[in-house]
Amino acid sequence: MFDKRVQTAADALAGLKNGDTVMLSGFQRIGAPDTLILALIEAGVKDLTIIANGTGHPGSGLAHLVEAGRVAKVICSSARGRGSEMSPFEQAWFAGKIGLELVPQGTFAERIRAGGAGHAGFYTPTAVGTDLAAGKEERRFGDRDYILETALTADFAMLRAERGDRFGNLIFRGSQANFGPVMATAAEITVAEVNHLEDSPLDPHGVHAAGIFVDRVLHVPGGA
Amino acid sequence: MTGHERDMSKRLTRNQMAWRAAQDMTNRSYVNLGIGIPVLVANYIPAERSVMLQSENGILGIGPAPAENEIDPYFVDAGGQHVSLAQGGMLTDSVGAFTMITGGHIDVTLLGAFQVADNGDFANWNALLANKGPLVGGAMDLAAGAREVRLIMAHTTREGEPRLVKQCTYPLTARGRAGRVYTDLAVVDVTKSGFVVREMVAGLSRDELAAKSGAPLAFASDCKTLAAPDL
Repeated sequence: MFDKRVQTAADALAGLKNGDTVMLSGFQRIGAPDTLILALIEAGVKDLTIIANGTGHPGSGLAHLVEAGRVAKVICSSARGRGSEMSPFEQAWFAGKIGLELVPQGTFAERIRAGGAGHAGFYTPTAVGTDLAAGKEERRFGDRDYILETALTADFAMLRAERGDRFGNLIFRGSQANFGPVMATAAEITVAEVNHLEDSPLDPHGVHAAGIFVDRVLHVPGGA
Repeated sequence: MTGHERDMSKRLTRNQMAWRAAQDMTNRSYVNLGIGIPVLVANYIPAERSVMLQSENGILGIGPAPAENEIDPYFVDAGGQHVSLAQGGMLTDSVGAFTMITGGHIDVTLLGAFQVADNGDFANWNALLANKGPLVGGAMDLAAGAREVRLIMAHTTREGEPRLVKQCTYPLTARGRAGRVYTDLAVVDVTKSGFVVREMVAGLSRDELAAKSGAPLAFASDCKTLAAPDL
């Protein structure tokens, strides 16, 4: 019988180790798996490469993770903190203590999609002729120039969803999906924290992330 | 009164600039508005036109800003503002949202910018701020993928330096992709032969506008007065 439910955050993170690459969903804090990230800090792992859209809003799990010095590098589309004060990431970055790979957001999503779908990479016109194309193969198709972007994969993906079932199927709400469904496809182990965890199957017409991509589901009541 | 202060009285406000850009949005179009002045455009789209506003975090069909007691915390736009869903709107993930963008399904994107060159190159993502990390977000994807890229920006910096230039000095967002530019002094098109002024505010001479621009300006034969309601 399929049952991907786990009882504790520690169970959800079993197998996570130093040096791992971890994808974290979330956009403007909506869909961020903050409970799992706090458990990850508790677990004491370090030298992580984080793949997330941003580098952590003030007070978010990701900001705490960076502040705790557990992150070696971030791959993201936004490395800017809010407001005038430097974020934990900005402090670490300007001090040379953390690596950064800045990626246009659509390219970021597509690199993860490629990773999940088994493709090595793709050619995109995004960023051609800019600093973010530096060092990348450029190739002309038809009358337009493209650059080669390569796939992103991870050891773990951590997501937040509104609803999950014991099969690992997930449903998101509002703007909560963002990078969750695609990150689920691109990691060795995908863990979701969900507001509602159901014993009966979710309506198959409405599933946003298929259980085939999701390994563990943790019940974490709460909001977006 | 200094010359600079005298000029200020002629400049459009941010809301007036947004109003002017809104007048060019066509019925039944799909539009992505950038953060800052661009999102103000949503307030001024003529009521008889249906425009579906897209947000790259996965909302197609941004509705009016919700009242305080109608905020749904699950619904925010790419700038983190609480939003509602318009009639006919739908929700997707980031892959779906960027397929709309990079696949050429967005008719118009309107973005803020620091500089635009007369060949259509423009810079809007990295102001090289001290102590601030870089943020590219979806700017380069929108610039490369939207069918039409329009910019909205002050004509000059606070120090009076031109933002319409021969060559951008800030890091580029895209090469050759800018079309129309809305400033607080003029509406300028980027054409194969450079900048062409379509409209300019009253009380400003062509020479004065040219002096505030860092690349040659041509003036449309039917160059009009840029006027907006008090906003």
